[in-house]
Amino acid sequence: MVEIDAVDFAYGKRAILKGISLSVPRGKVVAIMGGSGCGKTTLLRLIGGQLKASRGRVMVNGEDVGTLDAEAMYAMRRKMGMLFQFGALFTDMSVFDNIAFQLREHTDLPEEMIRDLVLMKLDAVGLRGTAKLFPSELSGGMARRVALARAVAIDPMLIMYDEPFAGLDPISLAVVGQTIRRLNDALGATSILVTHDVVESLQIVDYLYFISDGRIVGSGTPDEIRGSTEPFIKQFVHAELDGPTPFHYPAASYADELGLAKRVRPQ
Amino acid sequence: MIKSIQNLGRRGIESIWRIGAMARFFWMILSASGISFRRFSLTIREIYFAGVMSLVIIMVSGLFVGMVLGLQGFETLQKYGAEETMGVLVALSLVRELGPVVAALLFASRAGSAITAEIGLMKATEQLKAMDMMAIDPIARVVAPRFWAGVISMPLLAALFSAMGVFGGYVVGVALIDIDPGVFWSNMQSAVDFRYDVLNGFVKSFVFGIAVSIIATFEGFDAEPTAEGVSRATTRTVVTAALTVLLLDLILTAFMLRGVH
Repeated sequence: MVEIDAVDFAYGKRAILKGISLSVPRGKVVAIMGGSGCGKTTLLRLIGGQLKASRGRVMVNGEDVGTLDAEAMYAMRRKMGMLFQFGALFTDMSVFDNIAFQLREHTDLPEEMIRDLVLMKLDAVGLRGTAKLFPSELSGGMARRVALARAVAIDPMLIMYDEPFAGLDPISLAVVGQTIRRLNDALGATSILVTHDVVESLQIVDYLYFISDGRIVGSGTPDEIRGSTEPFIKQFVHAELDGPTPFHYPAASYADELGLAKRVRPQ
Repeated sequence: MIKSIQNLGRRGIESIWRIGAMARFFWMILSASGISFRRFSLTIREIYFAGVMSLVIIMVSGLFVGMVLGLQGFETLQKYGAEETMGVLVALSLVRELGPVVAALLFASRAGSAITAEIGLMKATEQLKAMDMMAIDPIARVVAPRFWAGVISMPLLAALFSAMGVFGGYVVGVALIDIDPGVFWSNMQSAVDFRYDVLNGFVKSFVFGIAVSIIATFEGFDAEPTAEGVSRATTRTVVTAALTVLLLDLILTAFMLRGVH
């Protein structure tokens, strides 16, 4: 379904992705994991055609995303669903209208059928009772679940989730995780998850890729990942403090910054 | 010294770049305007927010401006024994100049800033990106209806401003100063020309409507997606729109007066 071949991408001079290659087979749920700022969301934007790779090819359903014109791009996006990191719900519309939005824009379905479809999607995320509320009246977790229902409103063939588990309580987290898996299987879709949540991801995905410093540093099935001895994967999966990924952003010496080095030197 | 010249040059280039980007954005809006007329309810909704919600400030300001014009006009006209032409002074000042210009300045502050803030916040919260990912063009669905709502509302608001101003002048002239109402209206009727005064005023407010709406939507769409970015864009809308309206007024007035002679 998705083939990424030797893709480079940079924001100005800052290289984000360096020769990334990966493939997402049809019908599978694949997770892309890595530390903050490693380029996971950028990768989703490249697949969705919102960004263009500076080198390499991004193929979706046999089409080279980088070469599509605006019309072909929109035709491709009609078969995609995306859950944004912060929900991106339309704040001037009710929950119901948010989910009905694409159905009304892209189809000629009668309003009664749209109503039934919207209620079904809301029921799948456990929020049928919020249909009349506005996004400002929802908690962060509820907004994420509504956004999830909106992402699958038109039964897409490819669903992309950007941090679907962030900010969810344990119950919502399990519900969302299971919903992602169930929807993928029920719709016969393909799903790509960008997430930090190792525990939940290992339970629901078919395959995982790990990105660090703009490169793929490991991949495998959940079982392979659990047993991996590759230092980055081990550190990430087991949340170890010691490993190849430093906690601190590069900076001058702490002692120098606090002026302690000068005071120690005379002795 | 060289640095300040460099900065001046950079600012100049940036300003020219922004004018170019705005012209391109204007073309994109025009190309994506079909939906604003095919599904006119989208534009009607925005006319409500931009136009109807501006009614109070426009009407109250128009009334006060007309009353002040009446008082000031009377003060000067009575020196020449021409106080009965006060209606003419009020009507011509409003219909030719003050109606379109002041209404446009008020519209830029009330509706223009709101349009910029709304589009800017939609950008900051990724709502525009989400729409784009749903294969729905945000320029067609979000920007164009707001642009046309501004263009349609502006001449109507300017006309209302002038009407309220004339009423304000009438209140001052007839009710307070005791000018004969028949003289007030008949002088006004014979002096105000429909084509050169009313129609030219309409043309001005239409052009101002296009200018304010394009600036407001562009600044929102181009805003940096942060709280500070949206705040700066809103301020830029009010300042740029005000200066543009005044500059356009000068140019249009020069053309229109030339047409009279």
